[in-house]
Amino acid sequence: MSMLTKTGDASSRGGAGESSTAPLLEVRDLHVEFHTRDGVAKAVNGVTYDVSAGETLAVLGESGSGKSVTAQAIMGILDMPPGKISQGEILFRGRDMLRMSGEERRKIRGQKIAMIFQDALSALNPVLSVGYQLGEMFRVHQGASRKEAKAKAIELMDRVRIPAARQRVGDFPHQFSGGMRQRIMIAMALALEPDLIIADEPTTALDVTVQAQVMELLAELQNEYQMGLILITHDLGVVADVADKIAVMYAGRIVETAPVQDIYRRPAHPYTKGLLESIPRLDRKGQELYAIKGLPPNLLHIPPGCAFNPRCPRAQDVCRADVPPLHPVTEQDGTELPGRGSACHFWKETLDA
Amino acid sequence: MPENPQPTAADSGAGAPDDVARVEAVMAEPVSRGEPILSVRNLVKHFPLTQGIVFRRQVGAVRAVDGVSFDLHQGETLGIVGESGCGKSTVAKLLMNLERPTAGEVLYKGEDITRLSGRALKAVRRNIQMVFQDPYTSLNPRMTVGDIIGEPFDIHPDVAPRGDRRRKVQELLDVVGLNPEYINRYPHQFSGGQRQRIGIARGLALNPEIIICDEPVSALDVSVQAQVINLMEKLQDEFNLSYMFIAHDLSVVRHISDRVAVMYLGKVVEVGTDQEIYEHPTHPYTQALLSAVPVPDPSGRDQRERIVLTGDVPSPANPPSGCRFRTRCWKAEERCAAEIPLLAVPERFKDSDTPAAHESACHFAEEKDVVHA
Repeated sequence: MSMLTKTGDASSRGGAGESSTAPLLEVRDLHVEFHTRDGVAKAVNGVTYDVSAGETLAVLGESGSGKSVTAQAIMGILDMPPGKISQGEILFRGRDMLRMSGEERRKIRGQKIAMIFQDALSALNPVLSVGYQLGEMFRVHQGASRKEAKAKAIELMDRVRIPAARQRVGDFPHQFSGGMRQRIMIAMALALEPDLIIADEPTTALDVTVQAQVMELLAELQNEYQMGLILITHDLGVVADVADKIAVMYAGRIVETAPVQDIYRRPAHPYTKGLLESIPRLDRKGQELYAIKGLPPNLLHIPPGCAFNPRCPRAQDVCRADVPPLHPVTEQDGTELPGRGSACHFWKETLDA
Repeated sequence: MPENPQPTAADSGAGAPDDVARVEAVMAEPVSRGEPILSVRNLVKHFPLTQGIVFRRQVGAVRAVDGVSFDLHQGETLGIVGESGCGKSTVAKLLMNLERPTAGEVLYKGEDITRLSGRALKAVRRNIQMVFQDPYTSLNPRMTVGDIIGEPFDIHPDVAPRGDRRRKVQELLDVVGLNPEYINRYPHQFSGGQRQRIGIARGLALNPEIIICDEPVSALDVSVQAQVINLMEKLQDEFNLSYMFIAHDLSVVRHISDRVAVMYLGKVVEVGTDQEIYEHPTHPYTQALLSAVPVPDPSGRDQRERIVLTGDVPSPANPPSGCRFRTRCWKAEERCAAEIPLLAVPERFKDSDTPAAHESACHFAEEKDVVHA
């Protein structure tokens, strides 16, 4: 029953550089804060990134690094209050979504930008059949009748390869396995063939064998429709498999950006380097793992200067005083490394260490 | 140990008092060299499926664990990997005697602990402790850290006399790398990694010989995982502990384990040293599992051969006949549906000295080069 496949081929993945048009989505200097009883939690502090059609951007970070909050701000599903976008812009095809009316945004949400959530069991409504939930997209956005919507729901379930779609369209979420539920989430996001999909930890709750199935399906569909994909995850392995470029987040800021091939070989930020070194590896069996000391900062009290300085092996006085901007990373001789940036005062030293 | 003058109701199941004394004596002895400290033989756990309210009748059974055998030696780490629903956590519960097995035995220093109850069982449990998966739900939010770590002493008062407990708890906090002054804090005042350290301190409180870790790091962030794994390795060397390390993260299991058992649908399909399992897997399921692990290295990702299994794990209430993996296996033939493959060194490797010569439950076991986790 199973098959042996090569994962993707080189030609299908190189979609990034080909489009000469402006990026699909640009996030510029985004700031999000939450007003709580204990003070203002600064969840996102100046995030800038962009995604083009057919490209996969992986946003990597630990819990509390602001990666999901950024995604929620893009989707316009942030709870406000307590959340507040205090600064920045989110440009979709050149238009700032933060200045649009609610009605305009609703037209984009689902139709142009869709989201896949982490936990499919809690993201799906348990008292409605999956067919009804899938069909809702067509009824609401395209004014389809119930019958049409059901037919399209079956078609979608077929496309994400749920066996016996016609029989299962009336089933409820709890009747599906974890991998199948995640497929339904993907089908829902794909329903209106959006230009951009934001996947927030789409496989974290799944077993590795199912994770491989789901990631393969996602890559295939992305390729078919030339969609942009923002993949939010903390799994360095998944990122290495599918991403074109990577943005590493820490305490609400992007600390490093790079094309996927470069970052694993030569990280330019001590945090990225620490994360990569803390993965158990073959050649370090029996030895102590490298561990980043300490804990991620409390967002109510982000340390002054570089937020990583209390945990950083390279920290100097300058790190405790000045917030490092995202420096463009170059070779020692000044040769540019396209797409690379590091928010570290000592990126040069880190790159060659 | 002081004799309890008033036997409680729970003691009655333990049999004659000299039986209890015998078990307690066995528990106190060190394990002899070369002997496994824990042996599991043909362990079976079926959860009955019933129908009807007044006249309940059994209509079937979920075969969560169906004939599992392995040994654990002193100072060794045995990793158990498998997908969710394969029965790894049920094995952990059976070893702790939190569930009674349907059949089979768990021999701890030669004593079958599944038949014990009352005081004899209590003596065994002192030596086998557990660290749970989720540090957010396994610590009582209304108890202070001191109460949580000190609670084992309430149950086994002979380990630490009453006046000595506070000092003991502070020592334990220090051992797991927490500030001893945190003794009066509550769990919510700690981060995930710190909470897992509290769980480990509680597991260590009674100086056990075996610690069963059920996914101890999977709820933690990547940068904190490494801290906890390092701590567990340090403690193992310091106290000569034996670990049973259950996890689904194959690279973590490889790092910490001396031997690894792979489970599928309630059965062990392959067991061997970490080198044998990860470098020379011979069971198709192990090969598929290993190839599915994303490798944190993008170079050559397009050339990588990956075995993508189709479909889901079958229901353990109605497992396939013969080999349980045959419904998803690319090698399956008629023989696989008819004959249950035994967990043994495959015939073709029997006399050879290769690392492929380890136990594997497949009729067509052979090596296949897969990408390693």
